[in-house]
Order: sequence, then structure tokens, then C-alpha cells
Amino acid sequence: MNYRFSPFFTTILAILFVVSCGTESSRSITAVSWGGSYGRAVNEGVNIPFMEETGINIQVEDYNGGLAQIRAQVEIGEIHWDVVDLEMAEAVRGCDEGLLEPIDVASLPDGPDGTPAAEDFVEGAMTECGAGSVFFSTVYAYNEESIPGTKPGTIADFFDLETFPGRRGMRRVPQVNLEFALIADGVPRDQVYAALDTPEGIDRAFAKLETIRDEVVWWEAGAQPPQMLADGEVVMSTAYNGRIFNAQVLEDQPFVIVWDGQLMGIGQFVVVAGTPRLEEAMEYLAFVTSAKSMAEIGRRISYSPARRSGMPLVSTHIEKGIDMEPHMPGSPANAAQALRFDWEWWADHQDEMNERFSAWLAR
Amino acid sequence: MAGSLRFPVDPHRRTQLRALALVAPLVIYIGVTFIAPLGTMLTRSVYDPVVADVLPETLELLEHWDGRTLPSEAVFAAAAAEIKRAAAARSLGQVAGRVNRVQGGLRSAVTRTARELRDIEVGPWRESMTAIDSVWADPATWYAIQVTGERFTARHYANALDLQRLPDGSLAPQPVERRIYLKLFWRTLLVSTVITLLCLILGYPIAHLIARSPAGRANWLLILVLVPFWTSLLVRTTSWIVLLQTQGVLNDLLVAIGLVSDDGRVAMVYNMTGTIVAMTHVLLPFMVLPLYSVMRGIPPTYMDAAASLGATPVQAFLRVYWPQSLPGVGAGALLVFILAIGFYITPALVGGSDGQLISNMIAYHMQTSLNWGLAAALGGVLLVGVIVLYVVYERLVGVERMGLG
Repeated sequence: MNYRFSPFFTTILAILFVVSCGTESSRSITAVSWGGSYGRAVNEGVNIPFMEETGINIQVEDYNGGLAQIRAQVEIGEIHWDVVDLEMAEAVRGCDEGLLEPIDVASLPDGPDGTPAAEDFVEGAMTECGAGSVFFSTVYAYNEESIPGTKPGTIADFFDLETFPGRRGMRRVPQVNLEFALIADGVPRDQVYAALDTPEGIDRAFAKLETIRDEVVWWEAGAQPPQMLADGEVVMSTAYNGRIFNAQVLEDQPFVIVWDGQLMGIGQFVVVAGTPRLEEAMEYLAFVTSAKSMAEIGRRISYSPARRSGMPLVSTHIEKGIDMEPHMPGSPANAAQALRFDWEWWADHQDEMNERFSAWLAR
Repeated sequence: MAGSLRFPVDPHRRTQLRALALVAPLVIYIGVTFIAPLGTMLTRSVYDPVVADVLPETLELLEHWDGRTLPSEAVFAAAAAEIKRAAAARSLGQVAGRVNRVQGGLRSAVTRTARELRDIEVGPWRESMTAIDSVWADPATWYAIQVTGERFTARHYANALDLQRLPDGSLAPQPVERRIYLKLFWRTLLVSTVITLLCLILGYPIAHLIARSPAGRANWLLILVLVPFWTSLLVRTTSWIVLLQTQGVLNDLLVAIGLVSDDGRVAMVYNMTGTIVAMTHVLLPFMVLPLYSVMRGIPPTYMDAAASLGATPVQAFLRVYWPQSLPGVGAGALLVFILAIGFYITPALVGGSDGQLISNMIAYHMQTSLNWGLAAALGGVLLVGVIVLYVVYERLVGVERMGLG
């Protein structure tokens, strides 16, 4: 037997090595987002124009949220992800933990009318290491065909099994569900988080959830609620508004969104700390957080721009030509019924609430 | 081997070295992908230096604290200086997260304090800090810092067993609404046992049928077992959703033949039933294959011999066939049980509210809460549980008798 490496394989290995190094050095970044219809909207509306304009190649990766992978990459010092689309709580936490690059708002492009970026972003959309992307909402929606007669119109109706019998879909996490439960129980929207700050308020939320517990189907992934509504598995379900919009508009599903008590959050674009492609990553960040890019996303899926100047640019849906405004969480009529998701409260109480929620579910 | 003649090397030694070189890739592979990660994770479950590294002086001064009253001004001064430094170095977030796990609400309090302290240059620090946030006037906050400041800690294991350490050092059960992990451990064991038994009941006749079939038919039957085995886990799990959901195929069938009314459709998925059905299906090949390979080695003439000596079929099976198939049963049951204990995708998709297993919690702490210490401790408890069960099993069944084919 001969144990030496054969020259043939050595050459192949050498070539592979050189080729892999070669792709590293050309201008290319990895942008990580949520996939699905939202990921597609970002890709078509932003990534493709960016690649054409700058010549920087974008590798798209999908993930399911969370800081775990970013943290692992930063700890090991092997950064593969450059720009990531994060949730607010995670963006702030990642910033505190030194996992993300700080972002200077002045480096982001001005609005089309010349308003400086700092003023153009909606309040709370910029954080130390994150630039606001779009507003999305957790709402509840129902299938018109499953509910004959009187239609539900408030959060309280979601918890009203007598008037609207049938199974409900809810995400299997304490977030949003506790807020909805309190609103349904009569707590005014602006006092929801104050109530959650007290043990009595938390008990009250769980007691309200208990009233519909046996009728709830718990979902995990954002794609599930439209599916369950279409199958008739549930008569109504909490869901991300963009997913329901897609089912309504692209698949002609008879779904109706109830905007009462919609829980609004803002997505954050962040840059992973220590990326060797910082310059390209920042260039992409400036591009993707321009009013035009946000509007391009908004023309494909009903998530509102996080810039004031972005909203008027959205106008109509890119394929169907319908007016986007009534479908947007940030439109004046819908925003008037909204509650802003308090990520800070959740960052503080996530662990306890999750243990309590899991224990409650497992009972 | 002409080469060996040229060197005065012991030929046995050469063979040994060659054998070593051949297994080296495997040993390295196991070391890198199995032993090292296992070691790091288990280390994480007891060792956590972050807070101790960031707040060394504060922790040292806190050693002389009585635990009931407010700490001295010196402690506040040290804490303020170290919090400022940590915020500038961006290491405060990890501290805040850890302290927050002991005392909910401290994450935002700590980061807010750091922001406001930026503009404060001189003391008295006690007044300024308690003015920024009243949590600093609460001994529980300092206790939380003290607890998380231990480099070597058992708190993750206590947490994994639904216990908490009180300020006086004793262990007490968690409040009832937060007790979750022990319950999930028991449930995981129970579900895995049920699934192992179901796989045995379903798999034994199949394996027997395949082992006794002529070669051509046996191949076809084996393919029927293997095709689902080769199909993506996600596809199989979601197919069960389609079949079992309340508006699904099976319920439609039951309604069509009038067994249940249209309003009384049975909930078979998004609950424990769904978890057990889907997991049994996914794990069935792991039972059938070892059983088949053992059964193929049992000569069919033994059963004929038993019959000719006057045994009824049941007697012949129980006293001749079953004992010989035991090595396959042992191997299949162990495989299915251990795989079931670590399953998490299927329960996550079809488990609903009561079909969650401990591995779902481990995944949550790995991916979402980033409490890797607790995830490691949960994994450690699970590992110890599996090893204990394995030892018991080895005593009862005997591992050397197991046949994997």
C-alpha cells in the first residue's frame, strides 16, 4: 500500500483551496433574512438592484431569528454573516453584548426631500447598532367562510367562544398572547405593559388565556396560520399581517384582518461585529435602509417603511396594482388601533414568562 | 512487502502503526465532532466566568456584605466604575443578561444605569445609582450579582431540576408556576417508552414477515421500510399533519362513514397523540432493521422442530423464537429509545401544547434565550439519565447479546 498523497489529489485540493480563497476576496457579502415571502420581497426589491448598481455580490441566507449563530460566529472569530435582519429586542441585546457594529445614523442616506436620516426615521426605529427596516404587525385574521353571520371586529371577539365558536391559532410563545389577553380583558391599550409589570396583571393575562386554552391550536412558523385558516383547522388565528396579506392578494383567500389591538414591531438591519467586509456591509446597509428600498419592500409585502418619507413612495402593489395603504400596519387608520410592542419589557421578562408559559401549557 | 526488509523494524510494530494510522481519522473525527463539543457544553453547565471577569472588584467587596442591608458606598463605587468600563468595552450586555436570569427586570436596569452613569464623574455613588433605578436599593439585586459572579456554579443544574437557591444558601423548589423541567423530563421518558413499545409491537411482525419471505419479496418489503427512512423527516412529519388534522384525510373518512359527526371531528394532531403517531412512524425503521437482521439468522426449521415435538404455535414462539430474537429486540429498543429521547423537530411541529419534550426546551435555550449554561445543564441531566438507563438495561438485557446485524 502506498500512503503518499497522489500528485493528482494534491493538485485537486490545491485548486479547490485557491478557488475558495478567490471567491472570498471578490466583493461579496452575506445578507441574512427571514426567507419566505418577506425574504423574496427584500431580494427582488433591494438585493437585485443593489447588485446591479454596485457590483457587490449578495449571498442570501435564511434563518429563523435569534442571536445564537451571530454569537457563535463572533466568539469563534469566523464571521460568515455580514448584514442580518433582526428583531428589535435581539438587535439591542446583541449591541449590548458587543456582537454588532455601532451604526452612525448620519452615514445613512437622507430622505428624498433632503430630510436628514435622523429625522426621517420614525421614532424608535434607530438603535445604537440597528437601522430600522419595516414595521410588521401581529394581528389576528379570520376566514370569512368559516364565520357566517356576525363577523369579529375586536381583540375581545377573539376570546369570545360563545359568539364565535371554533378553534383559534396562536403562536406558541408568551409574547403577544399576554398583551392580547389583557386587551381582551378590558385593559386599555396604553396600560397593557404597566399591568404586566405587576404580578396581578400577569395572573390576569394567564387567567384570560385559560378561558380559550382548550380551543387553541399553537403554531410555530409564520407560514402556518394562513395554512390553518385555509384548511379550516382554525376559524381565526393570530398571524403576521404580511403573511395574511399575501394569502389574500396572491392566493385569493377569503381572509380578513382585524386591526384592533395590532401589535407593531420594527425590524432592524444590523452589521455583525468584526466582519472583514465592513465597507461593503455598510454600503448595503445604507442602500437597504433608504426610503426607496423600504418602499420597494412595501410594494411587495404589506410591511410599512420605517422612514416617514418611505410611505408615500409605496403607492400600489407591484403585481396586482392595488392600493397598499389599507393593508399597511403604519397607515393612519390602522396605526390608530395599534400597540407598540415593548421589546424592553420582554428582554427583561422573557425567561420567566417563557418558563411560566411552558409550565402553563404543559399542565 | 519488500520495503520492510530494508529496515530493522519489528514487522508487528509496523502493522500496529498502520492499523493506528487507519483508525486515526475516525478517532480525530470523533474527538472533534463528539468529545470536544460534549466537553465544552458540559463545562459551560458548571463554569461561567463572564460576570466574575467583568465585575471583579465589586464581587470581592461583596464578600464582606451581610446579605440583608444595603452594601457600603465602596461597593457602589466599585460597581459604578466597573459598569462604566464594561459598557465602554461592550461586555455589559452579557452581565446584564446573566443577572436578569436570577432576578427578572435587571437587564434593562443595568443597561440604563450604564447609560446614565456616563455623565456622572464623582460620587456619592450610592445616591446616584439608587436615583437612576430603585433596584440598586434592593438587596436582591446585589444577591443576584453575587450569585452570577461565581465562576464555578451549580445554579444551572439547580434550575434544570426546578430548584432555586435562596439567599441563605439552601435549595428550595421553584414557585409552582415556573416548575417545568422535571415535568418535561418525565414526559420525555414516558413518551420515549411508549414509542419504543409501539415500534416493537408494529415492527416485530413486519421484521418477521420480511425475514421469512423469499428473497425477491423480502427485497420489496425492505424497500417499503426503507423508502420512508430515506424521505426527509420534515416531509414525513408534515404528511402526518395533512392526514391527521381535524379537516384532514382521516377525519374526512371517519365523517364520511358516519363514525363521527362533522362537529365532533377528533383532534389527532397538535397534541400528544400527534407526537406519538409521527415519532413512531419516523423511528419504526430503526426497530425493523436490527430485528430483521437477527431474525434472518434464526433457521425456520427450529420452529418446525418445536412443532414436531408437540409445541403449540404460541409455545414454540415463546420458548424457541422469541428468545432467539431477543438480541434484535434489545438493539432495536435501545436505538429507538435513545433517538426518541433527543427528538425535537417532530414534537415542535405536531406537538401542540402538551406534546413538547425536553429537547424543545434545550433548543429554546440554545437558540432563543441564549442561556447556554442552562441548555448544557439540561443536556447534562439528560445524558446522566440515559447513561443510568443504559446501565440498568445492560444489567437486564445484556449489551453483549445485542445484535445490530
